[in-house]
Amino acid sequence: MGGDEEQLTEQETALYDRQIRVWGADAQRRLSKSHFLVHGMKGIVAEFCKNIVLAGVGSVTLVDDRMVTEEALSANFLIPPEENAGRGKTLAELCCDSLKEFNPMVLVSVEKGDVSTFGGEFFEKFDAIILSSCSLVKKKLINQKCRKLSKRIAFYTVDCRDSTGEIFVDLQNYKYSKKNIEETVDCQLEYPSFEEAISVPWTALQRKVSKLYFAMRDCSSATADVPYAKFLF
Amino acid sequence: MASDQQLSAIKNSKVLMVGAGGIGCELLKTLALSGFQDIHIIDMDTIEVSNLNRQFLFRRSHVGQSKAKVARDAVLKFRPSISITSYHANVKDPQFSVDFFKEFNVVLNGLDNLDARRHVNRLCLAAGVPLVESGTTGFLGQVSVHLKGKTECYECQPKPAPKTYPVCTITSTPSKFVHCIVWAKDLLFAKLFGDKNQENDLNVRSNDGHSSSDHSEDVFEQREDEDVEQYGRRIYDHVFGYNIEVALSNEETWKNRNKPRPIYVKDVPTGNLTQQNGNMREDGDLSAMASLGLKNPQDVWSLAENSKVFFEALKLFFVNRPKDIGNLTFDKDDQLAVEFVTAAANIRASSFGIPLHSLFEAKGIAGNIVHAVATTNAVVAGLIVIEAIKVLQKDNDNHRMTYCLEHPARKMLLMPAEPFEPNKSCYVCSETPLSLEVNTCRSKLRDFVEKIVKSKLGMNFPLIMHGSQILYEVGDDLDADMVAIYSANLEKVLSELPSPVTSGTMLSIEDLQQEFSCTINIKHREEFDEEKEPDGMLLSGWTQPSTLNKNELVGNGGSTSNALLAEGTENATGKKRKLSDISKPTTSDGSGLAESGNQNQPESLDDDDDDDLFISDDLESLTKKKRSQ
Repeated sequence: MGGDEEQLTEQETALYDRQIRVWGADAQRRLSKSHFLVHGMKGIVAEFCKNIVLAGVGSVTLVDDRMVTEEALSANFLIPPEENAGRGKTLAELCCDSLKEFNPMVLVSVEKGDVSTFGGEFFEKFDAIILSSCSLVKKKLINQKCRKLSKRIAFYTVDCRDSTGEIFVDLQNYKYSKKNIEETVDCQLEYPSFEEAISVPWTALQRKVSKLYFAMRDCSSATADVPYAKFLF
Repeated sequence: MASDQQLSAIKNSKVLMVGAGGIGCELLKTLALSGFQDIHIIDMDTIEVSNLNRQFLFRRSHVGQSKAKVARDAVLKFRPSISITSYHANVKDPQFSVDFFKEFNVVLNGLDNLDARRHVNRLCLAAGVPLVESGTTGFLGQVSVHLKGKTECYECQPKPAPKTYPVCTITSTPSKFVHCIVWAKDLLFAKLFGDKNQENDLNVRSNDGHSSSDHSEDVFEQREDEDVEQYGRRIYDHVFGYNIEVALSNEETWKNRNKPRPIYVKDVPTGNLTQQNGNMREDGDLSAMASLGLKNPQDVWSLAENSKVFFEALKLFFVNRPKDIGNLTFDKDDQLAVEFVTAAANIRASSFGIPLHSLFEAKGIAGNIVHAVATTNAVVAGLIVIEAIKVLQKDNDNHRMTYCLEHPARKMLLMPAEPFEPNKSCYVCSETPLSLEVNTCRSKLRDFVEKIVKSKLGMNFPLIMHGSQILYEVGDDLDADMVAIYSANLEKVLSELPSPVTSGTMLSIEDLQQEFSCTINIKHREEFDEEKEPDGMLLSGWTQPSTLNKNELVGNGGSTSNALLAEGTENATGKKRKLSDISKPTTSDGSGLAESGNQNQPESLDDDDDDDLFISDDLESLTKKKRSQ
């Protein structure tokens, strides 16, 4: 598609009308060119994938080589419960089939293998990466690989346990503008890396940090076997 | 997941969902995944393309089918063993009686209009069933819980009424673009393409009454000897040229206002009017834009381009859709109608020095389009289920009204607040009498029924009594005699009714279906301001409760769709909405949270500027106001 300013197609304008009225046609155009990598197809991630596919992003690449389990079905509405449908397919493959239906204009695909072993050239294809069901070590590793690239990749981790959840965001050096009544101000935020963020000694944290923060840290730790409820007295 | 006790309460419950749209799809999915086994869902709408960006249970192939039915089928795919009963019907239908509502443990609303919300509110009160209300607009959302006797009902806080405009503003003195849209849509479009027998104020001038003389009727009819292009030019000159000149002749009107300028065809370089391209869009709809090569609906057209669209759209209607002429009402999904209205509104705006708008923006205003994304609905659905589970567990002390914000206020995107006590002056749940100021010698019963009883009070099947005399009622089983009497009564002025209604009269009004009744004290008043009180009547009496009206904070600027009903919600610009008062650090302290009695300042929240993310386990410290305990 050549041309100076790519316009949204008639089909896109009709489909995305209501959300274009929220974030504008320009944002919609940029969304349609963005590429997402998503790892770990649990409930929260299924929700997320539904939302971004509906939003009309360029592509979503799913990673999860696990086979379907009873537990996986409980909060993941992307997986049909019939035995036959699921036979032989990985979680990512099943979710991929369902997600495609939500918006045929979005390219949804599956990547197999342990992505933490992939190189920079692989991650460079993406504009945003969302990790879930992933050890601390792997999260650190992937975050580091992303930070080494010249292209800024938005990095997110998300985990849910029972009725609590946690999101980590790393936008590296993030420039944005803020509109006040009078003027528009240019702002900048410098995000710490994943490793830096979780390495803050607990004694250095502010007094009012939520107990959940500690619970989630503890749960993520490979050796911990302490029920998190213990922290929530 | 949930505790055993919760799971048991959930499994054995029967819930009613009203609405299978944006919130409805997310809610049905979440209920199903949360273990609900018996769900009923009512929705009267069918699926449209513009729904598909967020109503994810629907596919393109479902367009035109019932939302309730398709939603049910889609959820059964991943939860085949639960029971979902769908109703493709209007919740205001008599089949959804108080007894129907009594069957449910909780009612969950996912509606998009005030009228239906009020109706459900009354039925839930009558049935004694808890109601969880919700609404979303763009990134803003809200969930509230209503328990009869314990918390306020949905109508305890008056909701902003749909915006209406005085006739003279529309016909003679527009000052905003929305006025031009209303003119183009409800007057010009209606006159040219709508029912010819309808009264139309198009030729009303600010100091005349209605004017449709024979002469002006002829003006809008196509003459025998003129082709459609000549017709178009003549209409153009008449409404944008001649009518403006006539208006200008009344000096008084323009003493304190900017004068409009008349626009004639000859003033506008429309150039070659012949069709350049095919006149169909990709989707097969007739389109003036397509034939003129105007591709981008976000572009603001020049006066010349708007004029071209005006002529081309008019032509396409008459040449390609002749059967529609005389039968149409404006439909935002009718591309050609939207193009015509946009063009006409823009030309009028140009005349009055009002900024022009793109088709995209005009369509939003004319069609009262509510902007929406999937995520807000998903969040709100989750909150609804959390509250619903509390209802089932009779956890009445822990209910929250939750606001979903676009930008964090006090570092939080979700602001919980405790529900208010019922408003003792609420005419819906607390039986407070109302007052009506009206000219009893000039206003007819019909005006009273339409503007007050049906519109303001939200009754569908009213019964109006003066003492023991029934002045008016609606029903299937009435005697022909009575029906005739009631019809006659409608046309009488209040003071001349069989049981005369004058100053000091008390009327009692009931809606049997809603099991809702109230009394109105009538006060005679001679004059009403045409601009400020266009109805010629003033209803008053329900007072705000003494605590801060937090709903208004959210309602201003339309954060929930119940505040965004009628004309003039100029939000459809494709730009991010400005957040309403919620984020201003004024009396609300970032939200409607911490009020107590008559104080506006919260007590415990002023020290939190140094806060990092602080999730309080004790919501009590965050929300101090008159609680419903």
